Amino acid sequence: MTTAVELHGPPRVSGGGDEHGHLEELRTDPIALLERVRAECGDIGSFRLGQRDVVLLSGAEANELFFRAPEELLDQAEAYPFMTPVFGEGVVFDASPERRREMLHNQALRDKHMRGHAATIAAEVARMVAAWGDEGEIDLLDWFAELTIYTSSACLIGARFRDELDGRFASLYHDLERGTDALAYVDPYAPIDSFRRRDAARAQLVELVQGIMDRRAAEPPASDGRDLLDVLMSIKDEDGSDRFSADEVTGMFISMMFAGHHTTSTTASWTVIELLRNPGELDRVVAELDDLAASGAEVSYQALREMPRLEAALKETLRLHPPLILLLRVAKEDVAFRDVLISSGSMVGASPWVSNRIPEDFPEPRAFVPDRYVAPREEDRENPWTWIPFGAGRHRCIGAAFALMQLKAIFSVLLRDWELELAQPADSYQADLSKMVIQLRQPVRVRYRRREHPGGRA
Amino acid sequence: MRIAVDRDLCQGHAVCESEAEGIFVLEKKATTVTVLDRSPPEDRRAEVEAAVRYCPTHALTIIEED
Repeated sequence: MTTAVELHGPPRVSGGGDEHGHLEELRTDPIALLERVRAECGDIGSFRLGQRDVVLLSGAEANELFFRAPEELLDQAEAYPFMTPVFGEGVVFDASPERRREMLHNQALRDKHMRGHAATIAAEVARMVAAWGDEGEIDLLDWFAELTIYTSSACLIGARFRDELDGRFASLYHDLERGTDALAYVDPYAPIDSFRRRDAARAQLVELVQGIMDRRAAEPPASDGRDLLDVLMSIKDEDGSDRFSADEVTGMFISMMFAGHHTTSTTASWTVIELLRNPGELDRVVAELDDLAASGAEVSYQALREMPRLEAALKETLRLHPPLILLLRVAKEDVAFRDVLISSGSMVGASPWVSNRIPEDFPEPRAFVPDRYVAPREEDRENPWTWIPFGAGRHRCIGAAFALMQLKAIFSVLLRDWELELAQPADSYQADLSKMVIQLRQPVRVRYRRREHPGGRA
Repeated sequence: MRIAVDRDLCQGHAVCESEAEGIFVLEKKATTVTVLDRSPPEDRRAEVEAAVRYCPTHALTIIEED
């Protein structure tokens, strides 16, 4: 027997009386908005963003619908207009799931490449701490943002390109990330400071890459040391001219590095902050690293896999501080969830922030509890549709395994040789939620001191 | 034991292929895994369990049969 169900639209959250609906609240306090949707409306509710409804889903059942939906139903490509000025026209934000899988198949993120990447990352950390004295102070976000420019360029583009970069590239890249104001949903070229800086930074990055390409054109590399830039430069059109301009190459590199950059640098920063706020957990992580070092293990892929304490701390950091708090799609057809109709043309969202803190799935949701990942609790595996720092399903972050490996490699080197200490009041470390790309509010200062007995607890 | 794959979740990372060679393979041009032996012998259990455990998308499950 079938029962005819009357479908109705999703309930609308309170607020949002302005010209662009809830846009101002999304720009200034997105957490409050997203949490209020769940509190007032439950697993499905909506808010208004410019001319569009955004239907926000949360909880396992609704998230499963979101993450399993095929591309023809919930499309990702149109959902992130704030990325187009960052990547440049003509660089697609998203590829089809089939294309993504093909890319994985051949490319740097595949399992067999991870071993080499682990060593590359450890070497990049060593290279940056070589500039440290025995003690000093850093801004965590600046430091990790620069480090992850080097690691991602070295792993994804190649060692030659990485060696031509310095802090300028990282600083310009940061301006790109800061240029992701949600105002882009109304006007991606609105005359605001962060958009102007974004466009200036992109132009300067193109200049930097043009300079590198000019130098290489003058001195072609030996065939065995070629990196991705050499390969791109070697591709010619039928008339013999270069296939890709510096602008296009820069767009490709920006987009390749984007997904893994701010996400990793903010997660690394939060991991340090959470471990320093929870010294008991820090001790357990350092003890684990010391035991591994004592057994003579190098920072290798295999060693990185067997770090349950560090991995649990990273997962818990990601749960509490997901680098993306709102994942978006556009409904290409009418979609029903229970008795609620999501109309074709609506935007549809899932929120890692909201879902990662559902108390039924994650007891003590606001507390930093790495033990929740230890058997038998394993709350990440138990809640595949609500433990979603990397999303889930078809569009799950394809760099997730790389990201966790990278973070483990970074901390294996850093915490083995250095003691860190908060240089600000513990509650002064806060997220900067004013852009779609979440960062930390600077300054994010910590002190470092060389360990007297690295690798030992003497 | 029998191996089940959730095709909505598999992204073709090929970790299972490294863990349990001959049981899983990523065919050339394929986008999800091919399971060569859906009911592998008990002496391969440790490898299959590692494949399930380290699958980055948790796409694999072991279904026990008796």
